[in-house]
Amino acid sequence: MKPLGEIGKGLFKENPILVIMLGLCATLACSTNFSDALGMGLAFSFVIVGSNVVISLVRRLVPGQVRIPVYITVIATLVTVADYVMKAFVPDLSRSLGVFVPLIVVNCIIMGRAEAFASKNGVWRSFLDGLGMGIGFTVVIALIGILRGLMGEGTISLSLLGLKDITVLSDKWYPGVLIFILAPGAFLVIGFLIALHHKIGDLLATAKARKTQSNLRQAATASPTVSGEGASTDDRQ
Amino acid sequence: MIANDMSFFLIFLSAMLVNNILLMRFLGLCPFFGISSSLKASVGMGFAVVFVMVLSTGVSWLVYQVLEFYHMEYLRTAVFILSIAAFVQLVEMFIRKVLPPLYLALGIYLPLITTNCAVLGAAFLANDYKLDFFRSEMYTLGVSVGFFLAIVLFAGIREVVDHAPISKSFKGQPIAFITASLMSLAFMGFKGLFGL
Repeated sequence: MKPLGEIGKGLFKENPILVIMLGLCATLACSTNFSDALGMGLAFSFVIVGSNVVISLVRRLVPGQVRIPVYITVIATLVTVADYVMKAFVPDLSRSLGVFVPLIVVNCIIMGRAEAFASKNGVWRSFLDGLGMGIGFTVVIALIGILRGLMGEGTISLSLLGLKDITVLSDKWYPGVLIFILAPGAFLVIGFLIALHHKIGDLLATAKARKTQSNLRQAATASPTVSGEGASTDDRQ
Repeated sequence: MIANDMSFFLIFLSAMLVNNILLMRFLGLCPFFGISSSLKASVGMGFAVVFVMVLSTGVSWLVYQVLEFYHMEYLRTAVFILSIAAFVQLVEMFIRKVLPPLYLALGIYLPLITTNCAVLGAAFLANDYKLDFFRSEMYTLGVSVGFFLAIVLFAGIREVVDHAPISKSFKGQPIAFITASLMSLAFMGFKGLFGL
């Protein structure tokens, strides 16, 4: 597969959050605003890219029976690195993400990709797969973060990038719906996002079906007689 | 916040209701959405989580004392997950040998919850609060009973929702999330209870 295809599948078709539906804990808990969500997404991406690469490198050295403990150790080491780096350089972010940074270690997506992909493929492809999954995760969690921040407080928090928050909806006329930054809002937003994802998938599928159908019809009408074309345009109307 | 000067009863209630692990803290959501389409499986899962969580927090509390003694706290993440996984494996073998009926009831769920983030999360949280041994155990008991309560209630609601006429895009997971959102809203009513 082409490198772009390898990355692209993580974005929509095999999106880790919306389709595979794993790693929900971090997604829901760390998406109160854009900053937290981006931080979580980056930490997650670092760990999944690193673990995919390392596991792909050692895949021939590890006997089958002990592979799971080896994967866990590799992932736990990378998570510890991410945790301590965040504690040192972005202490505020580390405090607001709290226990969810060390908990990346039991994020099923990482283990899943290690088992299903990195243990069977070369380093370069595993790297791309990890990158695609990381980007897919980051995009969705950041989107949820933006939505919840906007609806809850009317702002997009950029404190992670060292910038001031952007106020989109001024609190003069938008008091903020607090429920969106609390627990129920997280479930609500992700529920609606998955429904939207279903809808888009359905629309794409029907569009594709219609296209192949009309292609077939064109092929059928092109060959026999002229009268067939009139019938097919009637059909379409 | 949960601290060492709180009574056991308050710790229990706070962990079970006010800070419900599924609906307020978002831990262990994979089985919550994965298994809750059947009430029977949810009850089994709930019991298995109570069992494993209480035992594994005890183990991780002991392991942490060793780490602290050697000043190796930075190994916490790796050591906790490995010791919990190894311990659950041991328990599984033990009850298969000694208590076959219990194994039949919980067996298939035990390996599943080894990497359940609620189990590891409860151990991390009890560790972050710096609780003593018995308060850690009480805290985890509260957490796991809260898990049991939420997953069983949710499974009950889901069985009804499955038969409701809803639009196609919302069928399945999306409506489950929205149901969870409403349950979470209901559990928020416990906030402010006892001033916790």
